[in-house]
Amino acid sequence: MNETRPVAASIGVPTPLVDGPDKVSGRARFAADYGFRETLVGRVRRSPAAHARIKRIDTSKAEILAGVRAVVTGADVAASYGVLPIAMNEHALAKERVRYRGEPVAAVAAVDVETAAKALDLIEIEYEALPAYFSAAAARAGDALRLHDDKPGNIERDVHFELGDVAGQLAMADLVREETYRNAEVCQVQSEPHAVFAEYDAERDRLTVRPSTQVPYYVHLMLARTMNMNQSRIRVIKPHIGGGFGCRTETLNTELICGLLARKAGGAVRLVSSREETFVTHRGRPETDTRLRIGMMKDGRITAVECEVVQRGGAYSGYGIVTILYAGSLIYALYDIENVKYDGYRVLTNTPPCGAMRGHGTVNTRFAFESLLDAMAHELGLDPFEVRRKNLIQAPTMTANGLLVNSYGIPQCLDWAEKASGWRERKGRLGPNRGLGMACSHYVSGASRPKHWTGEPHATVNLKVDFDGSVTILTGAAEIGQGSSTVLAQCVAETLDVDFGRIRVIASDSAMTPKDNGSYSSRVTYMVGNAAIEAAQKLRGILTEAAARKLEVRSQDVECLGETYRGGSQDQGLSFEDVVGEALVDSGTITVKGTYSTRPESHGGKKYRGAAIGGTMAFSYAAQVVEVSVDPDTGEITVEKVWVAHDCGKALNPLAVEGQVEGSVWMGLGQAMSEETRYHDGLAITGNMLDYRVPTIVESPPIEVGLIECADPYGPFGAKEAGEGSLSGFLPAMTNAVADAIGVRATELPLTPERLLGLLERTPRGRAAA
Amino acid sequence: MAKTHLTFSLNGRQRDDVVPDNMLLVDFLRETAGLTGTKIGCDGGECGACTVLVDGSPRHSCLTLAVTMQNRDVETVESLAENGRLSAIQRAFHEQLGAQCGFCTPGMIMAAEGLLRENPSPSADDIRQGMASNICRCTGYVKIIAAVQTAAAELGK
Repeated sequence: MNETRPVAASIGVPTPLVDGPDKVSGRARFAADYGFRETLVGRVRRSPAAHARIKRIDTSKAEILAGVRAVVTGADVAASYGVLPIAMNEHALAKERVRYRGEPVAAVAAVDVETAAKALDLIEIEYEALPAYFSAAAARAGDALRLHDDKPGNIERDVHFELGDVAGQLAMADLVREETYRNAEVCQVQSEPHAVFAEYDAERDRLTVRPSTQVPYYVHLMLARTMNMNQSRIRVIKPHIGGGFGCRTETLNTELICGLLARKAGGAVRLVSSREETFVTHRGRPETDTRLRIGMMKDGRITAVECEVVQRGGAYSGYGIVTILYAGSLIYALYDIENVKYDGYRVLTNTPPCGAMRGHGTVNTRFAFESLLDAMAHELGLDPFEVRRKNLIQAPTMTANGLLVNSYGIPQCLDWAEKASGWRERKGRLGPNRGLGMACSHYVSGASRPKHWTGEPHATVNLKVDFDGSVTILTGAAEIGQGSSTVLAQCVAETLDVDFGRIRVIASDSAMTPKDNGSYSSRVTYMVGNAAIEAAQKLRGILTEAAARKLEVRSQDVECLGETYRGGSQDQGLSFEDVVGEALVDSGTITVKGTYSTRPESHGGKKYRGAAIGGTMAFSYAAQVVEVSVDPDTGEITVEKVWVAHDCGKALNPLAVEGQVEGSVWMGLGQAMSEETRYHDGLAITGNMLDYRVPTIVESPPIEVGLIECADPYGPFGAKEAGEGSLSGFLPAMTNAVADAIGVRATELPLTPERLLGLLERTPRGRAAA
Repeated sequence: MAKTHLTFSLNGRQRDDVVPDNMLLVDFLRETAGLTGTKIGCDGGECGACTVLVDGSPRHSCLTLAVTMQNRDVETVESLAENGRLSAIQRAFHEQLGAQCGFCTPGMIMAAEGLLRENPSPSADDIRQGMASNICRCTGYVKIIAAVQTAAAELGK
């Protein structure tokens, strides 16, 4: 008799990552770990000018240098590229004009580093300087030269909407306050500098590329476009990826340059960016000015909101249009707010292009909003928690701008954070220079309409079962350290009721795995997870039918007990292998496919141009409390502890969800306290990890995570977003805590000791009670 | 570039190489010895991803010339597993999710290895001080501290 033992559950079990042993043993291979033997070294010559016309490029001396195998310039680039089909205004190598310091102009492939460096120096380039603009205000000035001919006023996109009765509701409010906030530009600084390994087979015209990307599919598309190459001749294989946080959610110029070099050289090229080059490639969060006005009743109810956002976007579009739209649309869906006026301006400047950094578009607006809410609560003598509770959404609902809210865990998040932090007992009783602050935040579980609208499902997963009884998941989902391969294995193991160890994941190789849009906007668990579940359900159906045939019972009478299938309690049952063997009869290797598409009601609003941005199947929610102590003599802030509750719907892998929430909060801490890219006449002067201050382990606080599970009706096992939503709340929770500790409200981040001291000096004594 | 005949112990094996005098230890490890577990995460001495042990103490291999390793003992992340089984520190990093993307992990683990050899039962503050040269961008360090504590407890048994 077959042993009928229950297979251990997979969903909800803290599960170490399936690729963890590779990472801790040093076996995991990242892009820069490929191709040391007989490959060429790629190097990039970058613009020293912030804005200039390229008058002449002469590569002839470099080309004849012994050991040089290829030199490429803008002339080798077939087409422009960009992540948004409506805004492809960038070139892998500059054509005619450079728009920021560090923009790639030429590149070489040579037999070794020394030769490549020498060849770069031999390229002669003549520039004619143009006026350059390093701030949004300078670029918007009336007489400013256009960076791009089709963008008057250097406005990449302006967004305007007014929903409800904003003026009337502001007039009705008991208290109206306005404040202006500024967030410095920040950068992802993922651990791994950008790297690409490209191999070109000249005989068969085939290109294989291993890029350090979050979006192998987009890289595939852009390689074909910019190299004028048939997509079918390209293979993109994602190696291990050393983090992304959004800077790799669009194709990067070095990925295209490496492909161009490999083809021209007819060989294999490694192109590894330095940390400084990685900083300049950028795609971080823009410097942002936010002017915010809120109307509030005495009891804390918000009547109306007016918000103006100006983002310094950098020299090219990238994700910019989406960023400026998110900054407005996600004013909604956290609180019950009807009346909002929003004016957003995305400005083109002569600085490296910004992109879609973790919490895309929402972080700086949320900082402003939760800061002003706190100040107004203080003025009205209301507790910050109670103000939030006065403005709760009743889910399910549709927001005034057309965003679907199906599940809403803010009430539970507030309760958890209030209790865990001892808010009621401790607030106001911590002694001098110590304080508590809190804030809420939210984020999407994937954008409901993909950028490249092809009519295909959002996600496709294939499962393969063969003679050996193993179950192989074939997925395009890009594992970048967030645990996507693990969560898909859990979804399949749970649905099939098989041992976790039976599952194998093959991810992100365009020759083998189904297309996937990639790891961004927290879409993978929700969308690819649902596709994996559907595939596993189909496979389970096939196996059940096979068991029924073999057991000679009706399929609805087949019972699956872990890996044993039986037709009745007296039945000795069939092992998983027996059932697979039966299923293979006449059919051979089994492959099944699951897909996922978002529901139309989640596609966002139609009330203004771009209103679809923000549309998602589910929002995650978070509330956090931050405790700080402040040294008023040095301006130094110490974050003592953070308590954060995150509503992730269902924690499929609680270990990974905790890790994501801790990492998000901590990344918010960096932006709040120390991180800032700075430029001198457009020259990046913080392009290293000493001048750009990522928090070290020394100043990183304990973070206590509460997982709130308000199941989403359509999420995989109820799950929704986990890796971004709790970032933005940290910034205002920290500054609100500083206000509680020493009575000054910071409106400019990062709140470095210098800034805080300046703020203290400018604050008249006695007023320090705000 | 002048070259030097270099003999030293790498992960318990004797090496015998002729290396250029300007070659960094990290490049020797990755390109000559093929040990790509040791990573390069910055332009020199900022991130700790290249941390290895030299005579038992943590060292940035990106700030070390290979030729200075004459007659010394170098250990990288590849040396820790025994017969294919993870060491206590590696296991703790895996099981406690001290590694997310895994890029800083080899350096982080070697820093922890150096710390625990020096101080077998470190407090959370000792861990913070002992690993202050290593930057992680994924974890907020919460689970890294937990992993080192777990490993210390395991090794102390």
